Amino acid sequence: MPEVLKAPLVVEFPFTRSLGPVQSAFLTGLRERVVLGVRTTDGRTLVPPVEYDPVTADELRDLVEVAPTGTVTTWAWNHEPRRAQPLTTPFAWVLVRLDGADTALLHALDAPGPEAVRTGMRVRVRWAAERTGAITDIACFEPYDGPPVEPGGHTGEFADPLTGIVAPARLDYTYSPGRAQSAYLAALGERRTVGERCPACRKVYVPPRGACPTCGVATSEQVEAGPRGTVTTFCIVNIKAKNLDIEVPYVYAHIALDGADLALHARIGGIPYDQVRMGLRVEPVWTPGVRHPDHYRPTGEPDAAYDTYKELL
Amino acid sequence: MTRQIAVVAFAQSDHRRSTEESSEVELLMPVLHEVLGRTGLRTADIGFICSGSSDYLAGRAFSFTLALDGVGAWPPVSESHVEMDGAWALYEAWTKLLTGDADTALVYSYGKCSPGSVRDVLTRQLDPYYVAPLWPDAVALAALQAQALIDAGDTDEAALAAVGARSRADAAANPHAQRTGPLPHDDHVVRPLRTGDCPPVGDGAAAVILAAGDRARELCERPAWIRGVDHRIEAHSLGVRDLTDSPSARLAAEKAGAFERPVDTAELHAPFSSQEIVLRKALRLGDDVRVNPSGGALAANPVMAAGLIRVGEAAARIHRGESDRALAHATSGPCLQQNLVAVLEGDPR
Repeated sequence: MPEVLKAPLVVEFPFTRSLGPVQSAFLTGLRERVVLGVRTTDGRTLVPPVEYDPVTADELRDLVEVAPTGTVTTWAWNHEPRRAQPLTTPFAWVLVRLDGADTALLHALDAPGPEAVRTGMRVRVRWAAERTGAITDIACFEPYDGPPVEPGGHTGEFADPLTGIVAPARLDYTYSPGRAQSAYLAALGERRTVGERCPACRKVYVPPRGACPTCGVATSEQVEAGPRGTVTTFCIVNIKAKNLDIEVPYVYAHIALDGADLALHARIGGIPYDQVRMGLRVEPVWTPGVRHPDHYRPTGEPDAAYDTYKELL
Repeated sequence: MTRQIAVVAFAQSDHRRSTEESSEVELLMPVLHEVLGRTGLRTADIGFICSGSSDYLAGRAFSFTLALDGVGAWPPVSESHVEMDGAWALYEAWTKLLTGDADTALVYSYGKCSPGSVRDVLTRQLDPYYVAPLWPDAVALAALQAQALIDAGDTDEAALAAVGARSRADAAANPHAQRTGPLPHDDHVVRPLRTGDCPPVGDGAAAVILAAGDRARELCERPAWIRGVDHRIEAHSLGVRDLTDSPSARLAAEKAGAFERPVDTAELHAPFSSQEIVLRKALRLGDDVRVNPSGGALAANPVMAAGLIRVGEAAARIHRGESDRALAHATSGPCLQQNLVAVLEGDPR
């Protein structure tokens, strides 16, 4: 078995979210150093505020300011902060019930060590120096032994309220394609195309994924396919993708490699886009240092007869 | 409810820290073949197929469509997928069989946690406005719940350690388990939770076959009849919940009929030792109930399959005659936010 391939894979996306009236007021408030809750019909104050009562599902719009001081209701000591967490030094995760609120807010507490943290301890908000209207405008909480800070009575009306936030997300993976695709990619490195034959229906799959999708059994017998093949169907791409340095229009095609029972897809080059046709015989074009064919070009052979590839459409 | 549905077969992979040599379908296929082999059924004989998985684990879009290659979807099959633990796929399959649209169902699920960091991946299921931007990882949130339990006097660190030790001792008899035997009293991961209180991170897959009425009796000597299944969810904001209790698990159990008669076995999906404390109380499980004889999620926690494995383990115990009435539980979300309970029974002996 060839070495299993591995490569870093980063999935990153700037989630752009719109805010309703309540979330807008809360996050705009943080930007202005004001903490807002929302009052329920039975008189409780929820912080952070929500638009609908979690118990009755009533619509909630009655914003009310609460204090930046509060009480820890539970905590957990995080001695090894992870990427993108609020503090880079060891800290406590805390749920804090702010003075004037009936529910607790999750955040970080900056404290010298776990012995300095307990349920029931008093804390206050430490504001971030630069605030944009996000939960991270609260840099963290810090221990506080002074009197409760009276809230200012803000109504939640702001001159320039936020209407949306961008919440970036990034996850890091190590991608491994598994046995069958590792073998395929390793062969491509030698400019060969290797498929796998199903032991039941005898079809050859390129690229192989380790299973016959028709029979549901493992494929293992390696079979070399191509390098030449036949265009079974194609489309003409007229819209240029972002960051793509291929001129439009170009042709994207399904290509049945000789000896394969499943068509793979690739770009067709070396021929004007409007002369590509079903049955066109093509071969791969490799560029130095790249592990897969850049595109396929005509071989100059006569076109394949329809009957030879109609089962592969 | 007139139709009786049973779990008639169960199979699972050996759960391991990494299966990098296998793609998802390569991991899953042996499990599918094994569960079909136990009943003699072929894919073409199955009335309904439902799977559970999550693209976020491996970082690949629509990964379940490739996994379907392992089923063999020809001639065309009736298929569905939930982006959830396979226990919820089982719920969908159970309702499908109840309607009479199918007599048999294949339910499978898989999770490859090894490509990414599951602690961080699970933050993406949190409230995206107020919580996810802080990146509180799954262990941190469970640790908040554990501290709340300690403050309430419901447990202490020694009792939590005992849960982990008992789970891994039981797992020694489970050839599929990933982590067995004693662990040193090790350092905190996020205080108050230590390594032994947290699930191992690993890859795995599981599958069950459901069948209705006489079909179940043909396929299995002692079917595990599903007397009820229910699932409930709580508010997503941790700060509005009482973390020492699980009212959703209790309500699901009540609606599934768990409290009508005592159970002798409970397979609980409690990835953290502290969550077993919460569930034992919410589900009213006394000391006479055998909890997690398989070792539970503290011995193997392939995310998205671990809940279905609880149903499978409970059913297999009935198949073997080691249980007459068992409760199976699955969870999803932070701090037991979502809970599913199934009640399984064997025919009287």
